[in-house]
Amino acid sequence: MADTKVSRVEKIKRPGGGWSGFKRKVAPYMFTAPFFVLFLIFSTFPIFYSFYLSLHEWNGIREMKWVGFQNYYVLLFKDWRFWKSVMNTIIMMFISGIPQHVLGLFFAYILNLGLVRFKDFFKGVLFVPYITSPVAITLLFGVLYGTRYGFLNYALSWLAKIGIIPYILPIRLPVEWFKEWMSWFSLSLITIWKWTGWNAILYLGGLQAVPENLYEAARIDGATWAQIFFRITLPLLMPVIYFATSMTLIFGMQSFDEPQVMIGFDGMQNTLYYALTTAVYIYGQAFRWSQFGMASATSYLLCVIILILSTIHRLLLGEKAEKVE
Amino acid sequence: MATQVKAIESKVFVEKRREEGPVKIFIKKLFLYLPLVIWTVVVAFPFWYMLVLSTKGKAEIFNFPPPMSLSKNFWEGFLENYNNLLAQLPFWRNVWNSVYIAVMSTLTAMFFCSLGGYGFAIYEFKGKRLMFDFMIFTMMIPSIVGIVPYFVLMNWFGWLNKARALYIPGMANAFGIFLIRQYINSSVPMDLIDAARVDGCSEFGIYWRIVLPLISPILGSYAIITFLGSWNSYMGPLVVLRTMESYTIPVALGALKGLQSVDYGAIMVGNVISVFPLLIVYVFFSKMIIDKVTEGALKG
Repeated sequence: MADTKVSRVEKIKRPGGGWSGFKRKVAPYMFTAPFFVLFLIFSTFPIFYSFYLSLHEWNGIREMKWVGFQNYYVLLFKDWRFWKSVMNTIIMMFISGIPQHVLGLFFAYILNLGLVRFKDFFKGVLFVPYITSPVAITLLFGVLYGTRYGFLNYALSWLAKIGIIPYILPIRLPVEWFKEWMSWFSLSLITIWKWTGWNAILYLGGLQAVPENLYEAARIDGATWAQIFFRITLPLLMPVIYFATSMTLIFGMQSFDEPQVMIGFDGMQNTLYYALTTAVYIYGQAFRWSQFGMASATSYLLCVIILILSTIHRLLLGEKAEKVE
Repeated sequence: MATQVKAIESKVFVEKRREEGPVKIFIKKLFLYLPLVIWTVVVAFPFWYMLVLSTKGKAEIFNFPPPMSLSKNFWEGFLENYNNLLAQLPFWRNVWNSVYIAVMSTLTAMFFCSLGGYGFAIYEFKGKRLMFDFMIFTMMIPSIVGIVPYFVLMNWFGWLNKARALYIPGMANAFGIFLIRQYINSSVPMDLIDAARVDGCSEFGIYWRIVLPLISPILGSYAIITFLGSWNSYMGPLVVLRTMESYTIPVALGALKGLQSVDYGAIMVGNVISVFPLLIVYVFFSKMIIDKVTEGALKG
């Protein structure tokens, strides 16, 4: 890798001088400049400007007022909504994240056994939710979650008639899907629907890369199914697991579409703020309350929280993932 | 050698089968297929239900038990909901906005990211390392941090309610640059570029005529990811689009849900119109789309 780079440099520098040499010197900047100008304006500037805004009080129209770190102080020590939203977001990330990966790995494992026909069909099915608009799906789930007329409560009432409900779910019918903490589960279900297949496809790719002779060797040595799975498959899959769970962490912590479409910032008090994710809160602060400074401060705090969680995640899984590579 | 191993394997397999017996094999197959079939139903159900609801009137949607299948006069119901949808939204205008923004995002992002990715991959120049590290650094910042400044910036530029507010900021995408640079480094032979130079091809000509065709596989990945991302995106459009005429489909339908009395039939017609065309394309190209998207995601 390093060698080829050096040789590339030499090859380019060799025919220097004159008009063509000048052109060659300028060319790299010509190629990268359009990108970098755009990048500075639309990606870099917002990051710094957001921090600048977070130190001000500003409603978007009147003059900005410098307040130092007061926004952060208010959020951290005075604002229960902020902490509640952080708690909701983290809890929902786990409620939706764990089933996604367990199920995803399970489906990938089944497909990888090579005993199932129509593998391409099932792969196709697993991947469909990824291409589907989260807004469309959330709107549909909104109907399914109807308290009195929704399909889910109908299905549950049917199960109740058979009499198995008390054994599998500790709930009373009809379920109010967005009553307080129930919102966590109802919103998570949509996320699980959407991302399980995506993770399954990632894991399937990882499983296919495990060399077959490792399994052979283990089988000859008399290893059981469980031993093979936990001692060979899982450790070798660590890099994919680390990658996939990182995605869940980063996107899960910024969860916005489902709660915003399903409840909306204005409707959050109906769920006693249990459906309020931090991303929705940021949106509400900025575009409902016109508190641009406060919203920026919240977004920076969320960024810090994501960085902390990512660090913990890396300490837990990252090393194991690197060992394999 | 390979055939020998295969022969042994199949022998082992046959022996195993004999041991297991038909009942055990049936149970085993059941355990393999059942979860997949259940998941297929779970995934397919919302699409089916979307279709069913789009043909039902207000009264029927709130029936108990809920409607589960298409009735005989489903087309009339669909038309009625469709008319209701058009009464509440300039829906085809919203569809056009979505298409236009998605196509423009895809084309411009492909062009600018391949240009920049090419620059980073082929040349050595002053400040390259710094620029690249800086790019990686900004990639690690969650995108939500930029949402308020994004609005402020678009307001300054006077781009609120305009399609360009959505595709121009997306043109410079660190993920795209990274993806394409990676691909050029690993699969475009430098000798080819030198040969073109010796033959008197201009620097831009090399990029346009030689490198672009060679990197078309990864450009395809990037195009599909960008298109889907733009088509399905909600937060960005919600923030910068403030008038009904400028809404994209997700924002328009989301706004209907926020109304006092929600017309689910009309919403579902909108959902069907926005989801099913993509679904039909997907049915024919699913294998390619899956490969392309996962390739892009794993490399980036």
